[in-house]
Amino acid sequence: MEKLIDQIKQGKVWSIPGGIHPPGQKLQSTTQAIARLPLPDKLVVSLKQHIGANGKLIVEKGQQVLKGQALTKPSGNWSVPVHAPTSGLISDICPMPSAHPSALPELSVIIEPDGEDNWCELNPVTDAKALSHDELVDVIHQSGIAGMGGAGFPTYVKADTRKAIEFLIVNAVECEPYITADDMLMREHADGIIAGIELMQQLLSPQLTIIGIEDNKPDAIAAMEQAAQHNDSIIVQTVPTVYPSGGEKQLIKLLTGKEVPSGSIPADIGMLVQNVGTLFAVNQAVHEGKPLIERVVTVTGNTIHKQGNVWALLGTEIKHLLDCQGFSPVPQQRVVMGGPMMGFTLPTVRIGVVKTTNCILAPDHQELAEPGDEKACIRCSACADACPASLLPQQLQWFAKSKEYDKLNEHNLFDCIECGACAYVCPSEIPLVQYYRVAKAEIKEQQAEQIKAERAKERFEARKERLEREQEERQNRHKRKPAAKSDGEKQKVADALARVKSKSDDKDSKSAVAAAIARAKAKKQGAELEPDNSEVAKERAARKEQARKYKEQKALEQGEEGVDKDDKKSAVAAAIARAKAKKAAQAAEENTSAETDAAPKDDKKAAVAAAIARAKAKKAAQATEHQTEADSAPVDDKKAAVAAAIARAKAKKAAQAAENQTEAEEDSAPVDDKKAAVAAAIARAKAKKAAQAAENQTEAEEDSAPVDDKKVAVAAAIARAKAKKAAKEQAQSDDSSQQINDSNDEADAKPQSDVPESSEDKKKAAVAAAIARAKAKKAAKEQAQSDDSSQQINDSNDEADAKPQSDKPESSEDKKKAAVARAIARAKAKKLQQEGNDKS
Amino acid sequence: MKLTMASSPHNHSHKSLSRLMMTVIAACIPGLIAQVFFFGSAVLIQLVLALITVSACEAAVLLLRKRKVWPTLGDGSAWLTGVLLALSIPPLAPWWIVVIGCMFAIVIVKQLYGGLGFNLFNPAMAAYVLLLVSFPVQMTSWLPVSDLLASPISFSQQLSVIFNGFTSAGFSVDQLRVAIDGTTMATPLDTVKTDVAHHLTVAESMSKPLFNDWFGLGWGWVNLGFLVGGLYLLKANIINWHIPVSFLASLAVCSGIGYIAAPGTEPGVVFHLFSGATMLGAFFIATDPVSASTTNRGRLIYGALIGLLVYLIRTFGGYPDAVAFSVLLLNMAVPLIDYYTKPRTYGHGVK
Amino acid sequence: MTLFYALIALGSLALIFGLILGFAAVRFRVESNPIVDQIDTILPQTQCGQCGYPGCRPYAEAIANGDEINKCPPGGEATVKKLADLMGVEAKPLAGGEQADPVKTVAYIREDECIGCTKCIQACPVDAIVGATRQMHTVLIDECTGCDLCVEPCPVDCIDMLPVKETKQTWKWQLNAIPVTQVD
Repeated sequence: MEKLIDQIKQGKVWSIPGGIHPPGQKLQSTTQAIARLPLPDKLVVSLKQHIGANGKLIVEKGQQVLKGQALTKPSGNWSVPVHAPTSGLISDICPMPSAHPSALPELSVIIEPDGEDNWCELNPVTDAKALSHDELVDVIHQSGIAGMGGAGFPTYVKADTRKAIEFLIVNAVECEPYITADDMLMREHADGIIAGIELMQQLLSPQLTIIGIEDNKPDAIAAMEQAAQHNDSIIVQTVPTVYPSGGEKQLIKLLTGKEVPSGSIPADIGMLVQNVGTLFAVNQAVHEGKPLIERVVTVTGNTIHKQGNVWALLGTEIKHLLDCQGFSPVPQQRVVMGGPMMGFTLPTVRIGVVKTTNCILAPDHQELAEPGDEKACIRCSACADACPASLLPQQLQWFAKSKEYDKLNEHNLFDCIECGACAYVCPSEIPLVQYYRVAKAEIKEQQAEQIKAERAKERFEARKERLEREQEERQNRHKRKPAAKSDGEKQKVADALARVKSKSDDKDSKSAVAAAIARAKAKKQGAELEPDNSEVAKERAARKEQARKYKEQKALEQGEEGVDKDDKKSAVAAAIARAKAKKAAQAAEENTSAETDAAPKDDKKAAVAAAIARAKAKKAAQATEHQTEADSAPVDDKKAAVAAAIARAKAKKAAQAAENQTEAEEDSAPVDDKKAAVAAAIARAKAKKAAQAAENQTEAEEDSAPVDDKKVAVAAAIARAKAKKAAKEQAQSDDSSQQINDSNDEADAKPQSDVPESSEDKKKAAVAAAIARAKAKKAAKEQAQSDDSSQQINDSNDEADAKPQSDKPESSEDKKKAAVARAIARAKAKKLQQEGNDKS
Repeated sequence: MKLTMASSPHNHSHKSLSRLMMTVIAACIPGLIAQVFFFGSAVLIQLVLALITVSACEAAVLLLRKRKVWPTLGDGSAWLTGVLLALSIPPLAPWWIVVIGCMFAIVIVKQLYGGLGFNLFNPAMAAYVLLLVSFPVQMTSWLPVSDLLASPISFSQQLSVIFNGFTSAGFSVDQLRVAIDGTTMATPLDTVKTDVAHHLTVAESMSKPLFNDWFGLGWGWVNLGFLVGGLYLLKANIINWHIPVSFLASLAVCSGIGYIAAPGTEPGVVFHLFSGATMLGAFFIATDPVSASTTNRGRLIYGALIGLLVYLIRTFGGYPDAVAFSVLLLNMAVPLIDYYTKPRTYGHGVK
Repeated sequence: MTLFYALIALGSLALIFGLILGFAAVRFRVESNPIVDQIDTILPQTQCGQCGYPGCRPYAEAIANGDEINKCPPGGEATVKKLADLMGVEAKPLAGGEQADPVKTVAYIREDECIGCTKCIQACPVDAIVGATRQMHTVLIDECTGCDLCVEPCPVDCIDMLPVKETKQTWKWQLNAIPVTQVD
């Protein structure tokens, strides 16, 4: 250790592998002193200008702030506050493009300066020596200081390190071409920097402080030596000009001959590196009480008239800097934040200066040529010779291109500092660094995903365990109680199941039903956690499809509502039209007899038809024991609604109870209303037929044009178009469930239209609609994709509902007219239907 | 006008692929001049033939692969292959020799492996070996230097030999090779090898007129020419010093040891260094970036092993010269060498 | 007789070496990760069930027992490739064909529409939804695996699957995708 310090004191400088010597281009920006710019019109102060979390916002829009007033306060996790760079009004707080290669928006405080530039109350420390370690760290923290060399690491974190620091290394190398911000700062404020160094010395008490400066900055070296004369523990070390000697790890190697182990930080080997700008800011913060609100920025490049360094308030838009220094852009202008080697191009000049902005470079195409086309790698390994980390850039490039991430890790991709030396020397002009960055981002993402997957797995397993436990508890409870359900009942269920199974074996179309039943049962008993796989998959696909359809439909509904918001009637009418469209589609599958059966033209005929239907239904019911059904197509207006509701409820119940196969009792459901019963029978008949026809479903549907209302017609047309599309897209099974959905909606839509009419209360209507939707959804789900029959039923519901609806608007008019109109419509639909079939 | 986005770094060393290749071609000029001086302008005919063939082949394959022709052809790598091959074959070899060689080099060795950067072997050397193995007579029919020719031949006669096989007077290459003293000429390496096989000492062999200057008339100068070109490449930072230096050093050490062990049958260090294709191989062939090792340590090993192989084949093998074989053999070993000579990355292997 | 000795000698040698090998096999056995665990770590652990199995682990078991490796849409081609490497089989395109590179999504509950039915909570395989009966529910974005399983049970359809928003940390240097504005 002593020996090492002696060597360093004698001026020994080690060397780094690789490195390049790009043209310096620094002279043009060092001819003038650091300039002060006029206040800009607005300042865009990004809340996050460093590595770590945002501070917590403590100002609000419209508030007046003073210069130096904190805009955020630190809230843990390496967060560092930002301050108002001048006094003025906060005109907005919103996301603005950030000073980051991606320019992704970052929450920013936009300040309109009032021109007064009034400082807030400052608390300079007169005797820093009297401050405790923590107090000093706190001052640095509250002043918002983050590394100003490029990375923006919170300085207070570094200053507060608990590790023993042997060497404090001051990075004044500034190895990137063009940039002279640190150079000029050292020339003009060497004393301030040394004072900052001494504050850090107080905090870290290193054995030696080494200031590393490249030998192309003789003025700065002289100024620093002069300022550091009084302090023996500070050494100004001149290092040869080679890029990238200013990299943190490279500088450590250069000045001490030590290497920071991969994956560690310099503090692990007793080193701490600070940029001169940061140290100057520390001095300002402690001795003058001024938070970090401005920094030196080099504005350079051939398109700038007055190349030089300026004091830029943080948040000053780049545009202001360029305008003040005179900017005449060339075609395909690049504006780079940072230097030509590691800086990034800005997509807009409306980005604010941040704490890490050391240079704005606006080159023309002579000084920095545009990148040429990428050519084949000839493995010349000029890149490897230039790499300061002794990597094998060309190998990395192959692996990055072929996305072999394991190999990339094996070849230490993450030790790449992205200095760009390899790409600089590459004769084939391969954008090596870009490949590495993309690969790094991909690898990081993969790692994050891996961690997330790990957690998801844990949570999944924990949940499974919990469910099992709960279930066990439940079972235990059950056991304690005497088994209420007799064995006989269980036996029944088992029998039913067996029956279902045997059935499902011979008929494909029914297997779904059977599966649904089995599943429902399984659920009820809470027995198995693992359902039959294929079923799950199938069902899932169906559900997804359905959900999508549902959403689509909803969107359309909304659209319609948007068109004629106030006209509820038309909305309802549209819904009916849709229902009809659906029904027509259904009708396509049905044979004609069902249609005629199901269209009772007047009460008497209906009764007759109902009788026939009942007979049929009974037969059908006997044939297929497990057929679920329910409900009714009531003909009578008011009662119809009630009946429909009951029927719907039953349909749902029936579906739920499907495994119990109690269809018989359903028949007797509409007790009080005979007509309803009749209608139910009709519906059942239809359902049966539909179920039979379900297998050879083909769609193509048209529908009855609503007779009386033009709006309705339009809406219907839309609905029809949609229905058609939907029908085409849908798989058969989806279809049915979709239909159910829709028709249920319609059914529900009716009460909705009633409510507003009677009470005029929109809210109620909305509530009702929501409930209705929920019900529809639930019903749809529960019936699963299987029940063609119930779909049919619902269709008949529609019809029932539709009728009253069409009556309603013209309630004064004759019911008969409506009935006739409906009949005509139906006939039309049928015709169209047939035509459609012919076509297809 | 819109801002342009680009990936850093935004500047570049201006060292482009084509400039690199052109510099290497330019560095061949001293050796080429020496060859023309000693073996006649037929070398230039071969060169032109080679350049035309490689350009045509490269363009044809690129078209077949549906790539843009000019960007790839313009990088000069194919031309360099053509130049190296033209410099390697006997000046009066029939025209189809160089044409076949160039076609093989470009189409099979380079493009079928995926084009520039993907070829496992050095195209020029692979083609050379193909020709040597397939047409041993034509490929070893080196003329004696023009000074020693029984009948000096004009440019038009050389042209005639290359394309017709005979001069206008009806002399074949074999007849032309007869030197003043009536003996058939071979290269110095060949001569020494044959003589040693016939139990002559090296000293006796070298007393032949072929060696009356130093180490084979002309050949020493040709090698010197390539050495000059090679040094220029080193100076211009086009090639690394590792391969040529380790190659030459290893060859020197081996031949030195051989000379000490058997001075009577070993021609010695300087003879080895300035005979045959030593300098061409050391600076222009073994340094071909695509097929050579890419790490510094690897390059040292690669060069040294080539030197060793050159010496072994020259001394104990069936062929008079060995650069092509050695380079090809080591080309195959490159992945292995590279794997075991990965440099230590910064921050790795330190505590 | 010589033959006999030779047989004895060889036989006893074989026995001894056999014993040594056997001992070494037991004593120095390398505990290798069972194949199911290895497969399981490759799977994305969304527990979405799109493979037809109730969770990732069951699918891993199924793969180990010879099921297809291309049934995992959330994992995308990358997962298929890894599985192919591990299992030593050909990588196949994803079953279903769609979405080679799936967009990552997370569930989002439109909270003013949520009726507090807890259905989604029950559906979530990783317990990433919090809420109580008749209280508004919300999704823990960090825990959500984007499996979609909560979307369907929602009775009021208030759950959206939103693509995960890109941040500076997850940005992948698509420089060409950045919208560029005029200089002035």
